[in-house]
Amino acid sequence: MPWLIELLKAIGLAVVIFTFLAVVAAMLGVYLERKISGWIQARLGPKHIGPQGLLQTVADTVKLLQKEHITPRHADALIFNVAPVIVAVAALLDWVVIPFGKLGDRVLVVRDINIGVLYFAAMASVTVVGIIAGGWSSNNKYALLGGLRSASQMISYEIPLALGILWAAMVAGTLSTVGIVDAQVRQGSWFMFKLPSPIGWFGLPFGILASLTFLTAATAEVNRVPFDLPEAESELVAGYFAEYTGMRFALFQLGEYGEMFGMAAVATIMFFGGWTEPHLQPYMWLLVTLGCLVVAAVILTTGLRQTLLVRPILMLAGLGLLLSLVMFFGTRAGLSQVLPSLMWFLAKMFALVFFLMWMRWTYPRLRLDQLLTLSWKVLLPLGLLNLLATGFVLTVWGR
Amino acid sequence: MPKVLLDWFYVAVFAVVGTLMAVLPLVVVWLLAPRADLPQKTITYESGVIPFGQAWAQFNVRYYLFALVFVVFDVEVIYLYPWAVVFRQLGTFAFAEMLLFLLVLLVGLAYAWRKGALEWV
Amino acid sequence: MGELAAFMILSLVTLIPAVVVVTSSNIVRAALSLVPTFLGVTGLYVMLQAEFVAGIQVLIYAGAITVLILFVIMLTEGGTGVRTRQLNDQVPLGAMAAVWLAFVLIVIFTRTGWPTAAGVLPAYNVVAVGNAFLSDYVLIFEVTSVVLLVSLVGAIVIARRED
Repeated sequence: MPWLIELLKAIGLAVVIFTFLAVVAAMLGVYLERKISGWIQARLGPKHIGPQGLLQTVADTVKLLQKEHITPRHADALIFNVAPVIVAVAALLDWVVIPFGKLGDRVLVVRDINIGVLYFAAMASVTVVGIIAGGWSSNNKYALLGGLRSASQMISYEIPLALGILWAAMVAGTLSTVGIVDAQVRQGSWFMFKLPSPIGWFGLPFGILASLTFLTAATAEVNRVPFDLPEAESELVAGYFAEYTGMRFALFQLGEYGEMFGMAAVATIMFFGGWTEPHLQPYMWLLVTLGCLVVAAVILTTGLRQTLLVRPILMLAGLGLLLSLVMFFGTRAGLSQVLPSLMWFLAKMFALVFFLMWMRWTYPRLRLDQLLTLSWKVLLPLGLLNLLATGFVLTVWGR
Repeated sequence: MPKVLLDWFYVAVFAVVGTLMAVLPLVVVWLLAPRADLPQKTITYESGVIPFGQAWAQFNVRYYLFALVFVVFDVEVIYLYPWAVVFRQLGTFAFAEMLLFLLVLLVGLAYAWRKGALEWV
Repeated sequence: MGELAAFMILSLVTLIPAVVVVTSSNIVRAALSLVPTFLGVTGLYVMLQAEFVAGIQVLIYAGAITVLILFVIMLTEGGTGVRTRQLNDQVPLGAMAAVWLAFVLIVIFTRTGWPTAAGVLPAYNVVAVGNAFLSDYVLIFEVTSVVLLVSLVGAIVIARRED
């Protein structure tokens, strides 16, 4: 029976993707967050549990599994229990449309839904309901206020998020995620840098504006600094999840980190070519190799040898060296796809996640009114103008 | 089965399996975690003091105004989705139509801005 | 057969929370029960292969309208979870009106000749919808923008008048 096979495939993929989310987004993501924030703050992150502290989040998860679930009195128990599940499931459902790579002719995506990015935006909006439900059902003034403010912030940034998505959909001519990547393949360059043919590099400002709008809105959607006032640890006592203990709290975090990785994945798909390899001339890869060697030499020989970041930077320089050497020889040899597409997708996604984490420890937290002003008075008009300007350019000069 | 139905069938299965897998750790906790039902533990947290007053925020119309402006602009965005996909095939006329649509709504945004509907304080 | 099963499940997912919405005495629970109702309707749209409408149903209804309703409820006294009275003196009159309406609707449903042949659905909905409202239905599209403007202005006027 064909539908049984499809059902089993769907269940299998759901388990795989959920595990991927739980391991990569939640566990690895939290570990990376702690390590990277440590390095930015001139300290080491977790380092005792497991090699280089890699098992830290595993230990945390095991700990959380034994914590008692406390339900506050007079809380609405049904809604209190359902809210974290809504947030976690909405984050999981985001990942149905995200393509991980291409094996031969097959695209590695769960389902290439025709309305791909619209579906992604819709799942991001469902999370808000879960947050309001969580905040209200705790029967706690702080949680309620935190939940309402968080919801106000998230809905305010959904429009710029949609405008960023619309820009990419407009240039690609389709809403499907695989279609957007294919359009970039047809064009031969990524949407961030170039627009389709006669326009070429003149599309750079539009691309930068659109991707910045999207990334800013994405940061606000997942309640990360600089937009994390609703869950500010020092102000509202973790806001809408103040009354959540143990694993329920972990589910909220799973939802938040899963959605952050989802936003990074969609941003790589829309603006950075998804799983495609950067097509640079061989000499440019040689320049990258040279750059990595220079960085390594500078670190090892000058006074910077004493800083805390020696090992991470050397590691990154070494990886960069290896990558560019492989790419150099690969493109010289005329291979069309030197490294697997899955690797490129993950590398780009993690680079964006690193960028988001870097932003967290660089900018101070915005006040709620500054945050809402940024969304409604800056990003919304700019996003609309960008859309109209790109539309104009595409209509008049495009094909 | 048509592609559309199969796509969304996968989404439905994902939702169900996701819910089950999200509930799984909660079940594990229910099995493993200790349960000591002390009355002090269930008191609402209010920075260490005994909570007073009802747990609802004073009515403030600004939350409602933001949600309202959001709904109107969300409806505008759903008109933008099909336009973004087809407007290149339809030429300049389609672009002009959407320009008119957006101008009318920008008037609305300007009105909301002037009337202070977008202020938080 | 599978289609019937899917339809039954989706109808239950739509109707049972809808009954909860109408009868629950806790307003917040009633508002939150709207979400499964909307998701059930989304499923019904998907069964009709109207993908785009399903997507915007989730985006607008479950995402925006529910949030709007919840904001209003939580900021008023209903947000405290206070139980409201569901029955009052007008119950007999209301029941009579409901029964009469149900009777009229059943008569209409059984007497209409519903066409059983489905039309041909375009393969890619979004393109079809876009083409439609940018060429055939332009006037309606532009009037919609005016309707949105009017609703925005009107609601702001009403909300601000209470300051």
